[in-house]
Amino acid sequence: MRITQGTFSYLPELSDEQITAQLQYCLDNEWAVSVEYTDDPHPRNAYWEMFGMPLFDLKDPAGIMQEITACRKAFPRHYIRVNGYDRRYRRQTMALSFLVNRPPEEPGFRLERQESTDRVVRYTLHAYATDRPAGERYGA
Amino acid sequence: MRPTVRPESGTEPKAVAERVDLDAEFRASNIQPLLDELDRELIGLTPIKTRIREIAALLLVARLREQRGLTSDRPTLHMSFTGKPGTGKTTVALRMASILHQLGYVRKGHLVVATRDDLVGQYVGHTAPKTKEVLKRAMGGVLFIDEAYYLHRPENERDYGQEAIEMLLQVMENQREDLVVILAGYRDRMETFFQSNPGFHSRVAHHLDFPDYALDELMAIAELMLGRQQYGLDDASRAAFREYLARRMEQPHFANARSVRNALDRAKLRQANRLLRLGGQVTDEELTRLDAADIRQSRVFGDETTDQERP
Repeated sequence: MRITQGTFSYLPELSDEQITAQLQYCLDNEWAVSVEYTDDPHPRNAYWEMFGMPLFDLKDPAGIMQEITACRKAFPRHYIRVNGYDRRYRRQTMALSFLVNRPPEEPGFRLERQESTDRVVRYTLHAYATDRPAGERYGA
Repeated sequence: MRPTVRPESGTEPKAVAERVDLDAEFRASNIQPLLDELDRELIGLTPIKTRIREIAALLLVARLREQRGLTSDRPTLHMSFTGKPGTGKTTVALRMASILHQLGYVRKGHLVVATRDDLVGQYVGHTAPKTKEVLKRAMGGVLFIDEAYYLHRPENERDYGQEAIEMLLQVMENQREDLVVILAGYRDRMETFFQSNPGFHSRVAHHLDFPDYALDELMAIAELMLGRQQYGLDDASRAAFREYLARRMEQPHFANARSVRNALDRAKLRQANRLLRLGGQVTDEELTRLDAADIRQSRVFGDETTDQERP
């Protein structure tokens, strides 16, 4: 099951040139870019691990691409995303966030039903991958 | 011969490929205004200007060759600037960044100035992230490393400078399309530095030596600086300043254009004091003019002064 999270997730995977162009767009807008990774694909998992330092004061996307390449090398079987943070007053939020790496195989989610009081049924998602401890998901 | 008028630059490439209009290309590249500005705003420095022209020509031809489908390796443009203090190394580096940008060699054309402190860390494992940070910031532009020889401390073999040097070398070699590195410093010390780091020497293609300024050039620089700040000299003060410079050049720690700037700043200080002491009404002309007295009060004139200022 191909996970769709963040911008562009219904498009085919972006090539490195396309990623570079998106990064350039971030820098042109003075958004602070950061690279994050995780192996917990739950859609509510908002807090991913940041790879290295947040990338401030850059003029050119080459430095960010270098960081992305390093992250892919370190975590080839993790989800990696790139965030563009708009720091402007009154926005102060993530303006762009898209995946740049995903595991080769994504087992997806199962639906869990929980019986509650008065025949109420609560539904939740459970990622198959998270059955295994962090770091060992998605194979070695 | 072709009828078009050639731009003034004397070092423009003469080789003419079959159907490329070099003149049109040269005009389209918009280098000439940049070179003109260089001529206008930088006094003297003829060898440097010539070299910049040559580099501009090289890049233009490389681009043309690429357009024509001829193979052209990306030329290496890492440079070393050597010269005494105040000879314009940083200023030229700044110009170089915009020239290289104009020629499409670097993508952004900004200048990142770094010294040893910005690159080398204080404890184990601190250097690599610091150097990486600076390199990332300089991507797409020019990295100017002032007093580069401080990176290498031969007397301490456990110095972290070596780590920074290795990272620099790697990026200079592998990411030539991403940034240009300019190393700067005093000439003799740079030479020792290059001798002890042969890797640097072979990766730096252009060694530019900045000559000291002659007295006339320094005067021209002074006039240029004052003109920009809307001050001026009259004949008496011009003579005084010339005399001042001649004496100052003999003294130790003379820092060329920087000393000129400092001397002028102090003259402005004295002018302001003089005007305030006089009080009353002042004209624009008086506000603009530096008097000979403002200059002659300098300690450089030794005997006839009150000893109130620093060199």
